[in-house]
Amino acid sequence: MLEAQEIIWIQNHKTILKNIDFHLLPGECVGLIGPNGSGKSSLLKILAFLEPPTSGQLYFQGQAVPKSVPLTIRRKIAIVFQESLLLNTGVFNNVAMGLKIRGLPKERIREKVDYWLEQFGVIHLSKQSARSLSGGEAQRVSLARAFAIEPDVLFLDEPFSALDAPTKEGLRIDLAKVFKSTQATTVLVSHDFKDIAHLTNRALILLNGEVVAQGPPSELLKNSHKEEVDRFLAHFSS
Amino acid sequence: MEMIWQGISAALHLLLTKDPEVIEITLLTLKISGTGTFISLLIGIPFGTLLALKPFPGRRFILSVVNTGMGLPPVVVGLWVSIFLWRSGPFGFLNIIYTPTAIIIAQAIIASPIVAALTCAALQQTNPKLRLQIKALGATRLQYIWLLLKEVRYSLLAAIIAGFGAVVSEIGASLAVGGNIQGYTRVLTTATVLEVSKGNFDIAIALSIILCLLAYGATLGLTLLQQKQQGGP
Repeated sequence: MLEAQEIIWIQNHKTILKNIDFHLLPGECVGLIGPNGSGKSSLLKILAFLEPPTSGQLYFQGQAVPKSVPLTIRRKIAIVFQESLLLNTGVFNNVAMGLKIRGLPKERIREKVDYWLEQFGVIHLSKQSARSLSGGEAQRVSLARAFAIEPDVLFLDEPFSALDAPTKEGLRIDLAKVFKSTQATTVLVSHDFKDIAHLTNRALILLNGEVVAQGPPSELLKNSHKEEVDRFLAHFSS
Repeated sequence: MEMIWQGISAALHLLLTKDPEVIEITLLTLKISGTGTFISLLIGIPFGTLLALKPFPGRRFILSVVNTGMGLPPVVVGLWVSIFLWRSGPFGFLNIIYTPTAIIIAQAIIASPIVAALTCAALQQTNPKLRLQIKALGATRLQYIWLLLKEVRYSLLAAIIAGFGAVVSEIGASLAVGGNIQGYTRVLTTATVLEVSKGNFDIAIALSIILCLLAYGATLGLTLLQQKQQGGP
């Protein structure tokens, strides 16, 4: 579905990503984990075509992705950031935004928006202003907006990190259910191994802009790695 | 003090009796300043958007010029528009000096930097991640700009209020390019100055009260709309 070869990204004379190779199979949910500043969100931006890499090549559905990414490819992905980033309008309009951009007929938009608001348990907020929502509600609406466009690849950049523990737990459970029913091809960035363990099939650990370990989350915890990787994972092994 | 009361009384009289000349001047003021503001939106919003969203060489310099233009003295605009529209000037062939069109042009020039600078400031204050999010939703360039402008719509209302407020209250440009011709280019500000120069303070006060009411009335609607939609108290 998505492949990255020898990705290097330099920003302000600093190498943020060093020779990253990555692949994502259809239906797979891959986690990117690492401490703050490890480059995981930068990698997500590159993989989601929001920033062009300094060097290296991206392939999407078998085709090389040009530097200026065509709209047809950009419209096959969706991203949810740490902040919900809702527009200053109603909940319905926010979820409908990506569909309106794609020029879907009104009836289809209503069907899809209602379905995804229902899936994330926020259908009752449909007529409310996005400004009136709590953090957890706003993030659910943001997820509904991303799923509504039925992307080929979904990118989640620390979607729970701004939420309190109980809200986070509830949303993680609901998201896991949605993943199970949709088989959405997903890249999840998190600095919390619990998120990765619950939601992904495979995880990559990034340290200082490099992939230092990868594999199924349960095995990453069991196996021994470089000292600094073990030190990072030790926080979650208990 | 007596003069002030006389002025207020004269204003009420002129308003209540619907004095034809005052009504005509008021309507003309509204028409000229409204059109001038509208044209400034057509110029200022796209230009402000370009300054906010498109990096290009000299952008900061142009932005500083536009910001300076927010305080552009109307009399200077009046002078330069007069020079250009004067019979022997580059646009003299248009024959529009001392016409309402000339005042509209001058007022559009006064309001455009205000609208452009406030549009630019509003767009630059949007969350950079929100801009990424809009792009990530698959928006085309035009959809991206449209959604961002919608996001800052309340700030744009403030730009309209500021632009209209600046042109409805200016006199230097209206006098220089309009000539204060009775029944043709006489607006509330130029009429007020004329009455002051004639020593008719009561009528001048009356006109100034009408001017203030007009400016207040026009901006009140926009302010209420802005506050209502922003959820203000």
